[in-house]
Amino acid sequence: MDAAAEGARTLARIRRVGFQTMMRREYGRIIRIWGQTLVPPAVTATLYFIIFGSLIGRRIGTMGGYDYMQYIAPGLIMMAIISNSYGNVVSSFFGAKFGKHIEEMLVAPLPNWLIVLGYVSGGVLRGLLVGVVVTIVTLFFTRIPVEHPLLVIASVLLTSVVFSLGGFFNAIFAKNFDQISWFPTFVLTPLIYLGGVFYSVSLLPSWAERLSYFNPILYMVNAFRHGFLGTSDVDLRFAFAVMAAFAAAMYAVVVTLMNRGTGIRE
Amino acid sequence: MKALSIRGLTKTYRNGVQALSGIDLDVDEGDFFALLGPNGAGKTTTIGIIMSLVTKSGGAVSVFGHDIDRELDLAKSCIGLVPQEINFNQFEKVFTIIVNQAGFYGLPRRLALERAEKYLRQLQLWDRRDTIARSLSGGMKRRLMIARALVHEPRLLILDEPTAGVDIEIRRSMWSFLRSINAQGTTIILTTHYLEEAESLCRHIAIIDGGRIIVNDTMAGVIRKLAQETFVLNLREPIAEPPPLPGYAARMTDGHTLEVEVSKEQSLNDIFSRLSQGGIEVVSMRNKVNRLEELFMRLVESKGAAGAGRG
Repeated sequence: MDAAAEGARTLARIRRVGFQTMMRREYGRIIRIWGQTLVPPAVTATLYFIIFGSLIGRRIGTMGGYDYMQYIAPGLIMMAIISNSYGNVVSSFFGAKFGKHIEEMLVAPLPNWLIVLGYVSGGVLRGLLVGVVVTIVTLFFTRIPVEHPLLVIASVLLTSVVFSLGGFFNAIFAKNFDQISWFPTFVLTPLIYLGGVFYSVSLLPSWAERLSYFNPILYMVNAFRHGFLGTSDVDLRFAFAVMAAFAAAMYAVVVTLMNRGTGIRE
Repeated sequence: MKALSIRGLTKTYRNGVQALSGIDLDVDEGDFFALLGPNGAGKTTTIGIIMSLVTKSGGAVSVFGHDIDRELDLAKSCIGLVPQEINFNQFEKVFTIIVNQAGFYGLPRRLALERAEKYLRQLQLWDRRDTIARSLSGGMKRRLMIARALVHEPRLLILDEPTAGVDIEIRRSMWSFLRSINAQGTTIILTTHYLEEAESLCRHIAIIDGGRIIVNDTMAGVIRKLAQETFVLNLREPIAEPPPLPGYAARMTDGHTLEVEVSKEQSLNDIFSRLSQGGIEVVSMRNKVNRLEELFMRLVESKGAAGAGRG
């Protein structure tokens, strides 16, 4: 057999099995520490629904033509997906760097683009699992229609890819555990809260509404909400273009950083 | 075929430290090769470059004909690495660590499980397969890293100080295991601070110092270069002063212990006959340090002195 063809076949097998192994490992990690991964989003969502949905929401009435509890439900699900996708990758990759076991993958015949893909897929997996958990919690409080199931799936996948890559980016540069909590606390959480989870941006003063359109999370939350309720503050094509552009650009940046050895190689 | 071929390898770190100043090295397939050098000589940097943990500044490296600039993943698929520092996930189970590593090298799940059992048994860790790695002893952690490096049955095994900090019994059992792996055809490159280990195991040796290879020869050839050895003689009766041994450098370290430096041209018989004539009985004798260690120290010291002279 031609040596080059055999080499290509060997690498294809290594990459397929390597990716499966990364996924199995990430799934095992998410399930093993379920008390840290799956339970907190359920508790948080329950509290939001009790406080903002039942107690305060009853006084608010409707928003965007829907009961307030129904209106915030997609945003709350998306909020959990964003923070868990991000958190999974930042903690898993930084933990591997900190404990030096990232070297297990760096010395293995796995290209950097695949290592990034493996971690990002782990983040997406956790985002999906948490999304399912929070959706189940939601159903205890309200019934939400699903107008466009494909839009729901597409917006969840794209959003969790973007924030998994964000977590990876943070972990590449982080030198200690403080630096992996800084970005979620001071940047991510404010952007989520100001991204239209709890309100329609049309309620804001015009300057604040215009400013909101610079927040990428606004497009994610609205695309997702449109999938459920069929209502959105933003143009859907533009929303998906923003998400896809962010995903592609961040993947390219992260793989380039890995190839340069930033944060991982001497 | 060459298991490893290095040409003109250089590395300068960002802080300006030049770790490697142009290394050439060949390791034949099936060899048991020692790479020695004092701390900071460039051993770990060289290994790091081969494994792509360190980015080289210049030169070329190929592993079984796979150039790491063009076919890095194929090159890496041929190598198993036992690093100097513990680098597995200490919160994983022993068995999981091995099975995951097998997966990273493309072993299908069933084969990965079989191999994990095989190597954990061979390294006496099978009973600990469900233990969280953090709670293993130091020697067990070292053996776990050897099992992990072997699980994909690499053609080239690189061990960076594998027996550092393990007791002599475990060290000897590791030696015996490594000999058997080498006998089955695996090429082994070993760095170690225990020169006795290198002399006992390896057939070829390279000594690296200051980022350059200063010796590259067969182990027997290197030992032959040792012009002088120091012997320690234990005497039955104490004596106050060194006995007259013209032509030999001799000194007493205590009343019962005499150290004598013997060059290649001199003879131990001559020393013994002179001591017998003086009524001094020798009850035992040993090398002061391992022969390779003596050579190593002389080489590194002479290079240091030459460097000082130049400076």
